[in-house]
Parts: sequence; structure tokens; C-alpha cells
Amino acid sequence: MDFGLLLQQTINALTIGAIYALIALGYTMVYGIIELINFAHGDVFMTGSFVTMWLLTTLGFQGTIKDPLTLAGVLALAFLVAMTVMGAVGVIIERFAYRPLRNAPRLAPLITAIGVSFILQNIVQSIWGPSPVSVPQIIDVQASFRVGGTPIRFLSIFIIVLAIALMVALQLFVGRTRLGRAMRSTAIDREAAQLMGVDINTTIALTFFIGSALAGAAGVVQGLYLGNTVFTAGFQAGLKAFTAAVLGGIGNTTGAALGGFVIGFIEVGSTYLGYTRWSEAVVFTILILVLVFRPTGLLGQQLAERA
Amino acid sequence: MSGASTPARPLVLRTIGLTKQFGGLVAVRDVDFEIPEGAIVSLIGPNGAGKTTMFNVIAGLSDPTSGLVEFLGQRMIARPERSWLEPVVWVVPAVVVWALSYAAWLAGLPLVLGQLLVLVGLGVLIATLITAVVRPPWYGLLLVRFGIFKSARPNEMVLAGIGRTFQNIRLFANMTALENVLVGMHGQLRANGLDAALRTARHNREEVQGRSEARRWLAYVGLRGREDELARNLPYGDQRRLEIARALASRPRLLLLDEPTAGMNPSETSTMTALFGKIRSELNLTILLIEHDMRVVMGVSDRVTVLDHGEKIAEGSPDEVRRDPRVIEAYLGKGSVA
Repeated sequence: MDFGLLLQQTINALTIGAIYALIALGYTMVYGIIELINFAHGDVFMTGSFVTMWLLTTLGFQGTIKDPLTLAGVLALAFLVAMTVMGAVGVIIERFAYRPLRNAPRLAPLITAIGVSFILQNIVQSIWGPSPVSVPQIIDVQASFRVGGTPIRFLSIFIIVLAIALMVALQLFVGRTRLGRAMRSTAIDREAAQLMGVDINTTIALTFFIGSALAGAAGVVQGLYLGNTVFTAGFQAGLKAFTAAVLGGIGNTTGAALGGFVIGFIEVGSTYLGYTRWSEAVVFTILILVLVFRPTGLLGQQLAERA
Repeated sequence: MSGASTPARPLVLRTIGLTKQFGGLVAVRDVDFEIPEGAIVSLIGPNGAGKTTMFNVIAGLSDPTSGLVEFLGQRMIARPERSWLEPVVWVVPAVVVWALSYAAWLAGLPLVLGQLLVLVGLGVLIATLITAVVRPPWYGLLLVRFGIFKSARPNEMVLAGIGRTFQNIRLFANMTALENVLVGMHGQLRANGLDAALRTARHNREEVQGRSEARRWLAYVGLRGREDELARNLPYGDQRRLEIARALASRPRLLLLDEPTAGMNPSETSTMTALFGKIRSELNLTILLIEHDMRVVMGVSDRVTVLDHGEKIAEGSPDEVRRDPRVIEAYLGKGSVA
């Protein structure tokens, strides 16, 4: 394989991986703080892509925006709206579906999460219909620059840089701020954190807000990248992102990011080798192998132990 | 030491007829208990006497079956009253907006306006939800106006001025000593998510000041130079000190110490006891101590309250309590009072 092809495939893998990683962060943060596998998270991502579609079409955009300033403005608006709305949806889900069950056996909120997943799918389906809808690709998909003769798409670079920036911001937030400390202390010992003056309800709500906002960002990115979305899109992406979170070590934010990229590489690699239909099988085989030999995932468990 | 218990002093904490029942088991029965300002008060009793239950009720972890807890003259904890009404209070605005948007749709207003109203409704719902989660003071007053009473939550008791340590050390093991103290200062610091996201001047200033104050608290309990060690790597005695620093960092009026010398050797115990005295006199704090070690209790307390089977059986100065036949009986069994 020549260098150009390798570079191109790497960029593809990083782009897909970035989307998985953004979704995986939400899974891992929620698991870290309340030990719940939030199966509705994939559908939060899906809803995010629909919100983007709704926003862009309502604003009257059909396709590529040529003017860089307008493009930047619309992108910023799309991310702001999708992230805020999905963050709020995450908080509402937590308040009504998970908080009443916080002290219930762990199976109860798990089943509730599956229920919430269906509710989101049905809401989206009833508003926008069951068939795939197209999302205006406001960034030109073809626009590219050349590195040693290999075309690299601007869109890919944009997605990778954005995802990494969001991850770094999250890492700084969790590691260096008052609310980040509150999140970590709540993850380690909820009752003790509460008895030290941390409002755990606000802190858990904040965790859902951030995780869901990241899924919303992933929804925007997905729309820009694929140019369409469908109400079932959350299931598969959610499953892969969940796998990424487990692969990296659930509860561990760095691990989730790593797991997302690893899955991106596996998918692109198996597609390149001609095993497109096998890519899922490969992903899950590797997951099983990792879990057999390293049950806590690549980087170990717990948001708490990340220190 | 004497004089601290004279009734003229204002009370920091008072329980009135406090009862806590778990099913058929009465863990605490009708206990009246007072902590005057500036005193070191001890709560003792044999295993299962209800000390920890008392502690947990006072900390706001569980509501009492009856009776109430007053802190600094305010009713903080009691059985909830009309708490079912609260969701009604914050759902009402959302329902109103929803009804308005539905009416707008019926009236045939343009679709965009309808969508806008839905967004406004969603915004109002989110705002009310956030209010109900964050519970600003005016929200509490609003609830009181509707005749709703809910006990303060543990974090609100901390804000009101109760700091505590744990019987089995409960530090945030994977955070550094400094970070542990900073969590203790959580309620003192104000920077919100927006400040942090935008790195505002307020956030940065507060973070710097917070860190230097946290360092001072560590130095105060004798942990200078160990700021960046993970809590789990500290030796046992230092972990106990760190717990105290973390509790002090919330600037409490009342410090609850749950068996602070458990598992310590005599020399560690005496330095710890000296630290309590220093805290009381220098920081003007009131201390409630739960302790098994009688020497610690008798040496440091102004007042001792004895619980047995959930009931208060004696109260008074250490000497009075030590001589009380009921106390001796509770500790050593019937027949030992010769």
C-alpha cells in the first residue's frame, strides 16, 4: 500500500472514529457518575442530527455555503443549537426517567433507558417520518487540498480538529474546575460528596448535559459528513460508541476517545481489505478479545480513577 | 471548660423529640439534644445505641419519623409536609405555555410562531427544572408560602454550616490532598459552568485563591508539603487529618466528628485531641463528637450525652456522666452497679 492511500485511509478512520469518540464520551461519563448504561444515548445523537437538519432547512440552506464568513456563522449556530437542545433533552431524560430510579436495583434504570430510546425514536419518527431525510451539507464535501498528490478533504480535517478540541476542553473541565472536581468526587463517593457540600443532583444533571451536548455535536458532524439521517441511526452508532467506551475502559474519558478511534480504524481497515460486511463482526470480535484478556478495557475503568 | 454549657449561650443545634424508625425498629426515640455555641459536645453509647442514626438525621441524609432539627435557630429537618405539591408548582408554567401554543395553533397563527411557542415552552420547562434542581433561596421561600416543607438536603446543611468527618475514612481516594480540600470548599466557591467554559476572570481568580486557601487548611492540620499526593497514598493518620482539613474548608459553624481517633495509637490520639482543642479555640467552632474511646471523650468534652437503645439516658458534664449508674449499666451490663 502506498503512502497516499495509507494517509487517506488514516484520515477516513480518524473522521469516523471522531464521531464514535464524541458519542462514547457521553456513555462513559454517565456510567462513571451513576453506573448506568444509558442506552438512550445513541438516540440523543440521532435526535441531534435531526435538530441540525431542522435548523438548517428552517434557515433556508439547501447545500454548500460558499462564503466562508456565513459558513462559520451557520456552523457555530448549528453546533450551539444542537448542543444546547440535546444537552437540555439529556437533563430532562435524567430528571424524569433516571432520577426517580436512582436508588432502585440497577436493572430498573437500564430497562428505562431502553424505553427512553424507543420514545426518542418514535418522537422523531412521528415528526419527520420513517424514511431517511437529507441534511444540507453546508461544508463542500468535495473541497480538498493535496498532500503529496493525495487529496485530503477539508471536511475531514474540520471534524477531526473539532472533536479533538471538544475532548481537550472536556478533559480540562473535568480536571481543573470546581464543577469538574464535583463530578469526580460524586463519581468516587456520591454520599461523601454530598456531605461535603456538593449538590449531587445538579452535578449529575450537568454530567448528562455535557454528555448529551457532545452527542448533539456528533449529530451535527454526522449530518455534515453523510448528508442524510434516519430515525434508526442512533441504534447502530450508539452500539458502536458503547463498544468504544467499553473497549477503552468504561468510565474513563480518555479511554472512550481512544476506543472511538480504534473502532474507526477497524472499520476503515476491514472495508479497505474488502470485508465491509464483516466490519461489525471484526469490531465485536476485538471487543470480546479485549474483554477476555483485559476486562476493565484498554485504559482501566472509572472516571474516578483517571486522576 | 465549664461555663461553655451555661444555657445563656445561643444554641448552634437543637433536636426536639427526634425519633427515627426503620420499620418496627426504633433507632432513635424522642431525643431532645442541644449543642451550645463554642462547646465540645460528645455523643456516646454502646454499639447500636443510635448514634450514627442521629448523626445521619442531623446531616440531612434521612428524614426523621417525627421531631425536628433546628440549626442556628432555624427548622432545617423534619418530616416533609405537602411535598407532593412541589412538582405541581413547577409544572404549572410549562402547562400554561403549552396551552397557549395549542391555542395559537387552533387560532391558525403561522406555523413558525407555533414552533417558536413550543421552543419557549421548552425553555420555560427547562428553566423551572433548573430552578427546582438548584433550589435558590427565593425558591425555598416560595415553597414555604405554599405550605410545603422539605428537609434541607445534606449539601444544604453543609452550606448552612455543618462540616463532618467519617468513621471509616471517606476521602476521594484518587484525588490529590489539595483537590480533596477544594471539594470541601465547593460551597464557598461560586464559579459556574459558564465561567469555567469561558475562563472568565472570576473563574481564574477564584481558582487561584481557592488553591492558596486550600494550602492554608492543609498546613493548619499539619499536612504542609503533601498537597499533590493522592489521598489514598497518605498514611492513615494523615488521612484523618486530611478529612478534618476538608471539613474545615467548608467554613462550618459546627463540626461533626465521627470517631476521629478510631484505629489510632495513644500518641496519635493525643495529638488529635490537641488539634480539636486548637480548632475550637482558634476557629471559634462548635464540635459534636461521636467517640468510643472514653479517655478522649472525658478529656476533651464540655458536655456528654449518652444514648442507649435509641434513648437518651444521661446528659451532663463528663464527671456527672461517668458516675451515672444508668450509664455504667448500659456500658457494662446489668449487675455491674454494685
